[in-house]
Amino acid sequence: MEPKYSSNPDENLQAAEYVEKPESQLKAMWETLRQNKAAVAGLFIIGILAIIALTVWLSELMGKQILPYDPNYADMTKSFIKPNAQHWFGTDQLGRDMFSRILDGTKISLFVGVTAVAISLTIGVIFGAIAGYRGGKTDTVIMRLMDMMLAIPSILLAIAFMAALGKGLDKAIIAIGLVSIPEYARIVRGSILSVKENDYVHAAKIMGNKTSRIIYKHILPNVISVIVVRATLGVSTAVLDTAALGFLGLGVQPPFAEWGDMLGRARGFIFSAPYTLIFPGIAITITVLAFNLLGDGLRDALDPKSRIK
Amino acid sequence: MLLEVKNLTTEFKLKRGIVKAVDDISFTIDKGEILAIVGESGSGKSVTSLSIMGLLQKPGKVTGGQIFYKSQDLSTLSKKELQKLRGNQISMIFQEPMTSLNPVWRIKDQIMESIMLHMKLSKKDALARTIEILETVGIPSAAQRANDYPHQMSGGMRQRVMTAMALACNPELLIADEPTTALDVTIQAQILELLYRMREKFHMAVMLITHDLGVVSEAADRVIVMYCGKIMEEADVRTLFNNPMHPYTIGLLKSIPQIDNDSDERLYMIKGMVPNPLNMPKGCPFSDRCEQSMERCTQEMPQLQDIDGHKVRCFLHDAKEGGSAKQ
Amino acid sequence: MLRYIIKRLLMLIPVLLGVSIIVFLIMRVFSPDPAPIVLGQHATQQAVAAWRQVNGLNDPIYLQYYHYLTGALTGNLGTSYYTKLPVVKEIMSRFPATIELAIVAIILASFFGIVIGVISAVKKNSIFDNAGMFIALIGVSMPIFWLGILLIILFSGALHWLPSNGRINPLLEPAHITGFFLIDSLMAGNMDAFFDALRHLILPASALAMYSMAIITRMTRSSMLDTLQQDFIRTARAKGVPEGKVVRKHALRNGLIPIVTVIGLQLGSLLGGAVLTETVFSWPGIGAYTVECILKSDFPVVQGVVLLVATIYVLMNLIVDLIYAFLDPRIKYSKKEV
Repeated sequence: MEPKYSSNPDENLQAAEYVEKPESQLKAMWETLRQNKAAVAGLFIIGILAIIALTVWLSELMGKQILPYDPNYADMTKSFIKPNAQHWFGTDQLGRDMFSRILDGTKISLFVGVTAVAISLTIGVIFGAIAGYRGGKTDTVIMRLMDMMLAIPSILLAIAFMAALGKGLDKAIIAIGLVSIPEYARIVRGSILSVKENDYVHAAKIMGNKTSRIIYKHILPNVISVIVVRATLGVSTAVLDTAALGFLGLGVQPPFAEWGDMLGRARGFIFSAPYTLIFPGIAITITVLAFNLLGDGLRDALDPKSRIK
Repeated sequence: MLLEVKNLTTEFKLKRGIVKAVDDISFTIDKGEILAIVGESGSGKSVTSLSIMGLLQKPGKVTGGQIFYKSQDLSTLSKKELQKLRGNQISMIFQEPMTSLNPVWRIKDQIMESIMLHMKLSKKDALARTIEILETVGIPSAAQRANDYPHQMSGGMRQRVMTAMALACNPELLIADEPTTALDVTIQAQILELLYRMREKFHMAVMLITHDLGVVSEAADRVIVMYCGKIMEEADVRTLFNNPMHPYTIGLLKSIPQIDNDSDERLYMIKGMVPNPLNMPKGCPFSDRCEQSMERCTQEMPQLQDIDGHKVRCFLHDAKEGGSAKQ
Repeated sequence: MLRYIIKRLLMLIPVLLGVSIIVFLIMRVFSPDPAPIVLGQHATQQAVAAWRQVNGLNDPIYLQYYHYLTGALTGNLGTSYYTKLPVVKEIMSRFPATIELAIVAIILASFFGIVIGVISAVKKNSIFDNAGMFIALIGVSMPIFWLGILLIILFSGALHWLPSNGRINPLLEPAHITGFFLIDSLMAGNMDAFFDALRHLILPASALAMYSMAIITRMTRSSMLDTLQQDFIRTARAKGVPEGKVVRKHALRNGLIPIVTVIGLQLGSLLGGAVLTETVFSWPGIGAYTVECILKSDFPVVQGVVLLVATIYVLMNLIVDLIYAFLDPRIKYSKKEV
């Protein structure tokens, strides 16, 4: 092993500067990721889902009907048509085309999943970074709060938030975002604590670097890959939570087509029209699966030794 | 003859190619003999021992040759028959005393497991035997220490426990893979002394694997020097130390620090590095590091010559060339 | 050891205080007034005012919390806004159903998770491994409630093998002694009731177990792969221990240590999953009931349930740590490391 310190301060400075930049670390991850078939498959599915979501959304903005049928057009004379050439996935209790509704639902699930993660990520990273870097009482207070949130099952907490906030797309995003904050805070705090004790961070401190600079230049690059993995897996959790809230009738409300909501409303027809309950579930599972595949691949790319935590 | 290894070849199939970790080696061990196998890391000495024990892990595989134990070809034995031999007649001590013991088992249970498996003793008798063997290897207040977990013991104590475990069923052959490397010098001497004493007491043969020629000179009867999976030289210990023939052996001997040497000379080092196992030189594997290397050495593999019981693989001692170095 | 346990139990106090404050904030401070929800849209102003007075909602917020807290300390968690029954009674009448479901689920999840995980690790990269890992991947990707729906469609709808809702045929319901029907029916010697309760349990418990099983499978596999690489496994093989015993007695005993943590943590997530499973299978447990109470703004019940769940969570963490110390002799809890 090379000695980490030198009596020459210039060399110490260099040692302190010698940290992988975020970009190069991400680049290395990408290279390893490309070798991982499962992860590439996940990325491919996510790509397709994103294209579907964007196409549906853009055509909606332009007022064009690109789906085979209007996903929200109800026609009771056409209710419960079994899957056939016209209606690939059949029609639901209100005679709406299931295939169109499921494609339309892609946009909601991806949007809620990604934005909810963005919320928990931002708040969680800030909390975790402060707790980890400041330590002491600040750390204790923040982490105790996080522990308390973890002691309440996240679905109950989300339901309580929904009850307080009211139903709706934006509220679902906030509720789902809020309940995952502790996970990110814990990860970031843990990573910072482990990095903080490293010699090059000490060296940077001795050299009189500013705190914010140390966090940005030395600590963040080490934490970023862990966060990327967690966030990817977090999207799958968020998609599941969205569906769960929807299923309980608390989530995204009509006119939006949402997969969990579709399942919740079709529940009464479980024996008479089971196909109305099959396809939305498949859509959720595929979406969640894709993010899990990608997340697992990223984790392996990051460190083949660290598995499920 | 207790153990005979005949033309043993062990290969590791890797993605980037095949590594011949052990390349066509033959040797024997007699009853009660201590045979030392010396070499740098990567010379194939540990793989040799694992091949004999049948403990090679996945990419590794014995691809040629035979191993006879008491004239029985081990490759013809079933898994069960091998298990009966292992830990019973042939046992092994490993290099890492810190990690080679199961951390969640009391040491007495780890030793008793082997005794109950092979000697078919009752639990009570197995415990008595365990304490007896722990005393034999020099563990003080053995009856109490037997209840300890490995983490409660020092490295030297753990290696004694490993030794006790290996000796528990009175093996006829003990393979000791770098048993002293991870230990302090004083503890090293104690463990070696212990091995020597056990050999005397139980008349068991020892195959001692080491990179340390100092250890060899103290303990061994006969020495094999390995390099890149091949035997370079083999002789009884006195001959080898007094009259080394292979330039590699000479280099190894010169690099032992001498306490009685007052000169300010720097300690000798063999120049260069062990060749990449995926990219072996065509001729003698030592040719690019050898100070007496000749044109021929880089082109042809020298054969192992037997010169009055002293075996050497080097063109400098090629019998047909009259043993002359000036060709 | 005892001091460690006591210290950890004392830590319950701040956690419960904090959790109660969180719930209080969400439900009393940030939620809309429960009065119109409880009394209905058409309730008169006087009725609303009177109801608020009776339930102490006119007091300042801090006083409301203080009243709740002092009540809770004497074991009085308040009464449900709707049934007027004590919260403790409301919870206890439903809690055993949830616990029975969760325990059966965690047993299923642990058993199959460990078995599949160990086989996957021992036969790494074989067809067993690939199949096991595929199941685990699907398991973490499928919504619990959808799996429940699929099980109902298949086993109740198409095959008519198993019931799709409830805990037991009401005609067979045993006297409530423990509240666990499997135990109560055995105590009553009523085997018909036992098997009927078991039949009712299979589908919801399987649906609830799937996610945890997938997590445990993956954890077991990676932990076992790690352990099988260790030097002491080689030592065991060198002793002539048969391979099956090497895996079960040497590797699993060590590999189990991280697995236990995961199982303990899963019990927490099972209680969350129970909310959805109970809804799908009309299981008369605490999960579905809590959702109902949140939606009806029945604050005292929700607060009570959350405190109970948080207590279980903290106790599970403690139990996991104690099992940890039992499995790994290297860990000794001293009073310092709290």
